[in-house]
This record gives sequence, C-alpha cells and structure tokens, in this order.
Amino acid sequence: MALLRVENMTHWFGGLRAVHNYNLTIEAGQIRGLIGPNGAGKTTIFNLITGRYRPTEGHIYLDGQEITGLPPHKIASMGIGRTFQNLRLWRHMNVLDHVKMAHYSKITYGLIGAFFGTAKRHRQEAEIEERSLALLELVGIRHLADQIVTNLPYGDQRRVELARALATDPKILFLDEPTAGMNPDELIQMMEIIRHIHAELGLAIFLIEHRMKFVMDLCEIIQTLVFGEVIAEGTPDEIRNDPKVIDAYLGKEVET
Amino acid sequence: MSANHTGIKSRLQKMWQPFSQVPMLGWLVGALVAVGLEMSVGTPLARFLGMSKIPVLFGFTFVLKDPLLIPGVIVYVLLIYILPIGLIARLTARPMNRLAAKLLNTSMLASVLVHLILLYAILHLWSDISDYRLLVTRLTLVAVMLTLSLNVVNGYMGEFSCSHPGFMALGAYTASVFSIVLFVQDNRFGPPLLPPGLGPFAFPLILILSGAVSAVGALLVAIPSFRTRGDYLAIISLAFMFIVKSLFENLEIVGGARGLGGQPHWASLPIVFLWTILCIWTINNFVRSTLGKALNAVRDGELAADAMTVNTSRTKMVAFLFAAFWAGVAGGLFAHILGYVNPGTFDLKKLAEVLAMVYFGGLNSVVGSIVGAVSYNALSEALRPLELFKWIIIPLLLILVMIFRPTGLIAFKDFDVRKLLEPKQKPEEVEHGLAAR
Repeated sequence: MALLRVENMTHWFGGLRAVHNYNLTIEAGQIRGLIGPNGAGKTTIFNLITGRYRPTEGHIYLDGQEITGLPPHKIASMGIGRTFQNLRLWRHMNVLDHVKMAHYSKITYGLIGAFFGTAKRHRQEAEIEERSLALLELVGIRHLADQIVTNLPYGDQRRVELARALATDPKILFLDEPTAGMNPDELIQMMEIIRHIHAELGLAIFLIEHRMKFVMDLCEIIQTLVFGEVIAEGTPDEIRNDPKVIDAYLGKEVET
Repeated sequence: MSANHTGIKSRLQKMWQPFSQVPMLGWLVGALVAVGLEMSVGTPLARFLGMSKIPVLFGFTFVLKDPLLIPGVIVYVLLIYILPIGLIARLTARPMNRLAAKLLNTSMLASVLVHLILLYAILHLWSDISDYRLLVTRLTLVAVMLTLSLNVVNGYMGEFSCSHPGFMALGAYTASVFSIVLFVQDNRFGPPLLPPGLGPFAFPLILILSGAVSAVGALLVAIPSFRTRGDYLAIISLAFMFIVKSLFENLEIVGGARGLGGQPHWASLPIVFLWTILCIWTINNFVRSTLGKALNAVRDGELAADAMTVNTSRTKMVAFLFAAFWAGVAGGLFAHILGYVNPGTFDLKKLAEVLAMVYFGGLNSVVGSIVGAVSYNALSEALRPLELFKWIIIPLLLILVMIFRPTGLIAFKDFDVRKLLEPKQKPEEVEHGLAAR
C-alpha cells in the first residue's frame, strides 16, 4: 500500500484554478521530486497536502487513512514533516528550542505538568532535549544548539529547519526548495545531509527544487508541473529527454 | 570625552567588582539586617535628623514636600540601608557563597524556601513600620501578579489584550460576593450562611473560584477573537472591559456605581505573598516548558508552528484563560486588601497602568514583569506628593524607556531560579582565595 496517495486533487483560488486533477503516490522510503516553472503551483500542492488549504476536490490518504481537510498540526503529527521555501524560523528562539518545539504533539505531561513542573514533565523534557540534540548532530549543527536562530548564517538556518521538520517524526518529509539561496558549497553539503538522513532514518522525501543537478541526482521519480497540471512523470532520464518538459521548463540547448 | 566616559565606567565597574561576588543570600541577609536596624533605631535616628517619623518610602515624600530635609534623608538612607546592606553583603560574601552552594546541593526546594523565608521576613519587618507601607507592599504584590499574567498574553503570545481590568473586576466582585454572602453579616445580603470562623480557610477556594469566573469571561473574548490574528483581540477585549465595568455599574445587587464594601480583611501580607509566589511559580513553569514556549512559536510564525504539530488555537486559548485566571485571583486579593471595590477602579486608567508596567518591565520576561510592577508602583507612590506632575513624569519616563529599550527594561530573558540563587563564586575559587591568604 502506498504511504501517501493523492487522488484527483483540484484547487481553485476564487476564479483561478491553481491545481488541476493532481495525482500522486509515494511509497515508503522513496525520494520524489516536483519541478516546474515559477507559479506552476508546486508550493500550493505542498500546502494542500499538509493541510494549510483544503482542496476544492479530491482526496488525500496517508497510510490508507484519509487526511483531507484535517488541520495542519494534525496532519503534521500523523507523519508529514515539512520545511518552507522562505525560512520560517521563530526569531526569538534558540536552535535547541526550535527542535524541541516540534515534539509538541508527543508531549503528554499536560497542563498540570506545565504549570507545576511535575517529575513527569522534567523527565519528558529531558528526553525531548536528548532527542533534539541527536537530530542536531545528524544535520551537523549540534554546536549551535544555544544560538538564537537569527544570528546564524543562511545555510545553518536551513539545517535548523530540516532538524525541526525531522523532529516531528515524519514518515514523509516535504522539502520546499531546500537549496534556495545557497552557494555551491552549501548546496553540496545539503545534498549530503539529505542523502544521509534518508539512509539513516529511511523516510520518504518529496521535494520541490529548481536546481536540476540536485533533483536529477537525488530523486527516483520526478513530476513536472506546468500551470497546475502534471505534464510528465518519470525517472530523471525520462524527464530529461521528454520533449514536453524541455519545451515548457528545461529549455533547448543552443546548437552550435 | 569618550575616554572620560569609559574612565567613569571602569571606575564604577571596579567599585562594583567586590559586590559581584555576593550571592542572593548575602543581599537578603544584608537587607534583613537593614530593616531590623530601622525597626530598632529608625525612629530616634529620624527624629535626630529632623524628620517627624521614619521616612516611609526612603524619604521621597519628605524631600518633595520640604527640600531642606534632603541631607537628613540622604544620611538616613545611607546609615540604615546602603551602608549596612553593602557592608554585610561584602563581609559575608565568602560564607554566604559556601552556604548557598550547600543549600543548592541539598535540594533546590530547600534553597528556594530559605530565600523566600528571608524575603518574606524582610517585607514583613519593613511593612511593620506603618500601615501605609503594608498597604503599598500588598498592592505592589497584586500588581506583580497582574503584570505577569498580562505579559503572558501581550509578551509571550504577542497579542494585544486590553481586558485585564475587566478580568480583575470579575475576580474582585466574585470573591467579594462569595466572602460577604458566606461569612459576613451584611445589610445587603443578610446573615452569613456559614460560620465566619471558617472564612480564612475558605479564602483560597474563593480566590480560585474568582479566577475561574475570570477565565470563563476570557472564553467569551477568546472564542470570537482567536479565529484570526491582528487587531481583533485588542478591539474585542477593550469592548469586554467596558461591558464588565458597566455591568457592575448597573448591577444594583452588588452596589452599582457606589461599590461594594465590607469584605473581611483576609488578604494579609503572608497570604498575598504566598499567592504572588504561587503565581510567579506557575507562570514561570509554564513559559519555560515546551508547551508554554509554543506561545512564542505562535507569535513568531503561526504557519511554521502549525506545521511543527503545535496546536495553535489550543495554545492561545490555554494561555489566555490562564492569564485571565491570575488576573481574577489578583482582583480577589485586591478587593480584600482594600475591603471595598467599585466599578470605577477597573477603567481605562487601570488598563493604562497595567500595560505601562508590562511594557516598562519588559516583554516576554518574568523578571521584567516583576521589576516593572515594583518599580512602577514604587515610583508612583514616591511621586505622590507631586500630584498632577506625577502624571507628567511617569509617562515621560515610559516614553524614554520606549525610545531607548523598545521592548522594555529586561525583555526576552528566561527567569532561571537556579542561576539567581547560585553562589557567585565557584567553590574552587573560594578554596583558592583561602589558600592565597
């Protein structure tokens, strides 16, 4: 059974059809890519699946369970973690607290624990902290744990977002342009980190990306989205050679 | 110019250097000795220096009325407060550091209790001098509760709520009605329903109940306004405040605009002190837990918070109701301190005061709220003889704070109790210091 299945999803923003008849199946452990020109509706698809918008039509199933229309925090706690295209970090919080915060749905000490500082709370907070530090280690920024995020360089902020998304314990990780604004060095590092977490945690990854080398190297299957519709789906080689994709997005090489 | 400036700064730093090693315990013992000294020799000393009685608020009142007393007041404050506290803190720094370390090693709780007992003893002795001091101390403690609870909403959650006087009024009236109906012979409500001797024991329950009533009131504000972000909460909560005020103005059964009197004087200093500590403790616990820090996540990026499994509407609701609860408790205490409430107390001026204390002290900070409430109240009492000018000086100060520290004096700081109570010298250093001798 597919881990994530989207069936015939269509979404309208008023009179604008942003996504049309979108279908997706992701198996456990798969890395998939979503490419397409600006404004094609890639981020909208992310927002639809993660519950920020409710699709006008269609159904979304996670692990066979319908999640269409559930609030985002529910969907996140059921196993879809995500990062954002424009960093959305909490500017007054330090790195460790970011990762701890993403454990919110697993906290069971309740309000009594929060108000009165019970033993259960201290135990649980300590566990969360330990796990958070391990995740920071995984993305290679453990030494920055007590830094306020706004003081960090851009590449490290991206890693904080990644660690935070991993802390929600996702079965699928949605990465919205994980290398946007990165220099070539940071890009290579990010690619290694994504490979590393994929190998380490065995989760499925669904990513939006504009850098073709990155997508082609990482993904098993790639979808190309143009004006809200999937025009091609296949392996990197198939996509690279698909005339429709070349026409709409990749562009032809100039013959010399 | 700048060299001169740094010269002064470094000299001040050098002067302060020996005191930086004094632990909290040392300061508290010093202050305790100072208030004890004032109790025993304060009156004769004050008479000797030309004052009619002990200057209640460090002589501000005397000085503002009669500038000729300035030297006397300075000598008094120096002899009674500054010199004893400074000397004792400095001389006992080493043993106090060792004691503080030992206490912390035994248990956090023991250490906190010892410090709290000392703090209470200081407040008790200090306010024993006059009824006025007692009143100011208790009202200041109530203000601390109010400020802290509003900071949860306006600071930690980053919304702008204006209904705190309303919640306070709900709490004040609920507590008053219950204690009068149940335990007091009153010509409005008739004979007490329960033996008055039980009253002080039921008082905590009455306060919790009044907090709960405020929380229910908060629910009425929260349900319509938390669906969206932005100015809605500010507007709805302001409306709520006025509704509550006019509700009590028109409710003849509780005295209408004339107010309601005859509350028994159960809100003594130890009771108010205990409730304040409880309030600070629970709020500090809350905002330092991951559940409480979710408030900051909601404030700084609700979308991201949602995607990170944070139940944002529950988080906001809980915090808002929690804040209202403490405002209600503060209101109940307030009514029993004064033994009288009227709706006029809970108006825009009260709102301005609470907001001023929050923003003056510092957003998103427990220490900030305590500092804000205490300094605002002290200032407000000290400048009382200036009458109208007080309301020029205090706003001016607020404006200055907003210009130079836009988020308040001590903003965005965790209140780490352990750090506060820690010995300020490492044990090795102590040993080293001894060896060097």
